[in-house]
Amino acid sequence: MDDLAAWFQWLHKAAGIRLTVFYDAYDRTRFVKGLFTTLELSAYCLILSVALGAVVAWLQGSRVAFVRRAVSGYVQLFRNTPPLVQLYFFYFALGPALPKVDGQPLLGSFGWAVVSLTLLETAFAAEIFRAGIESVPRAMIEAAESLGYSRWKAYQRVVLPLALRVTMPAMTNNMVNLVKTTTLAYAIAVPELVYMSAQIWSEQVNVPEMMVLLLVTYVAIVGIINQVMQWLEARLRIPGFGQ
Amino acid sequence: MNAHVSTATMTVLVPRSALRLVGWRVADAFSTRAGVALAATLVASAALAQLQALPGQPSVPELLVKWTPLLAQGFLFNVLISVVAMTIGTAAGVLLGLARISRHAPARGVSWVVVQFFRNAPWLVLLFFVMYLVPFEFHVRGVTLPFPDWIKASLGLALPVMANMAEIVRGAVQSIPTGQWEAARSLAFSRRQTLWMIILPQCIKRMLPPWMNWYAILTMATTLASIVGVAEMMTLTGRITAAESRTDLLIPIYAYVLLWFFAYCYPIARWTRQLEARYAER
Repeated sequence: MDDLAAWFQWLHKAAGIRLTVFYDAYDRTRFVKGLFTTLELSAYCLILSVALGAVVAWLQGSRVAFVRRAVSGYVQLFRNTPPLVQLYFFYFALGPALPKVDGQPLLGSFGWAVVSLTLLETAFAAEIFRAGIESVPRAMIEAAESLGYSRWKAYQRVVLPLALRVTMPAMTNNMVNLVKTTTLAYAIAVPELVYMSAQIWSEQVNVPEMMVLLLVTYVAIVGIINQVMQWLEARLRIPGFGQ
Repeated sequence: MNAHVSTATMTVLVPRSALRLVGWRVADAFSTRAGVALAATLVASAALAQLQALPGQPSVPELLVKWTPLLAQGFLFNVLISVVAMTIGTAAGVLLGLARISRHAPARGVSWVVVQFFRNAPWLVLLFFVMYLVPFEFHVRGVTLPFPDWIKASLGLALPVMANMAEIVRGAVQSIPTGQWEAARSLAFSRRQTLWMIILPQCIKRMLPPWMNWYAILTMATTLASIVGVAEMMTLTGRITAAESRTDLLIPIYAYVLLWFFAYCYPIARWTRQLEARYAER
């Protein structure tokens, strides 16, 4: 670690490349904090949007026409409006309109970012789940029923496991997009990676270096997600199903 | 920015029957619900604000009408940025996509790295990158060429479009059966002739729906330009709310901005789905 710091200090002196994040303790703390905030925000939104997405996908198949329409309206609305405007709507318009608790706003910028991004990602997750469930051939369900599975058991033991595997590539894509979309939280001053980096580069005046570091960090996070999901996909693969 | 490619992915995943169902009937039945919901929010919040407004102040609907010309101007700017970025992104993306299927190994390798990088980097960071690191004017042989902010923003937004366009081109070319290449070869077409005269014309139909999908995504992403100081619709909205300093205006005006984008992007999305469904049936 010390060697690394020394090398980056040497890099600064020899080549003028100022990557203070690697040798200045204060900058490093800020950068790491930003990284963790980004990961935390992504994790919350991912878990919530997968859970809610499953519910919304189920509601889309509801027998009550009104429910189907309302849910579909929600999905189309969030898919076809700019995520940044959604975020502003929640934070700047809805936030101040909510009652305060003990003089404090109900949700801070981080909280609103979670709400806004979760609603956005849920709309996408729901469409993916629905496509996955629809992709399971009817014959599979009929076969399960003829083997004495109840409807719910057939759904649980046959449809869901197959649908899960079919949706995995699309879900990976969605996760990657989620991580990329968390950068929008910068606009409402959530101290995530871009926000912290912007603070560092405006103090240290090392915009090009920080930019490159920022891009590399995001591409690395996305690369890790892709690798893990590919591994998971290979592990969960059923011979004879899918490609 | 939210670069969702799910429609493109789903075409691959979902069997035709399901796609037809999703693409046509369901979409048809729910067509304008979301727009209606958004408009209802707008009207309800405006009406509520009206009740709370102090006497002597202009009502919220009056304010919205008053600022509509300015907001429309801002929206046109968003559309302009999206068109410029889409043009640059498409042109560069087609070239990059052809490099991806080149027979020249180094070209394939380099283009792969470029595509991976720009597909996986967040739009906002790319935008920052271009805004800060591209100069605001160029000097060419004593002539100073200005390079205004909005052009730089278009350039920044064109980068991810380029990378995704390259993947669309590659996917489309690979989806053409090998038999076509072989047949062209047996008729003495060169590789270049085969590509431009036989393969690519057939690809256009396959590329059209995902291309439109990306245009809609890009249009929504143009609001990011407000973060880097381009005076588009979002920036103007911020200025208007600051100038009016009316808390009752906030919800209606943001709902109004959402409605503008929805009215522009939703028809594109619907049309894309219709094209996808129609092409899938053949």
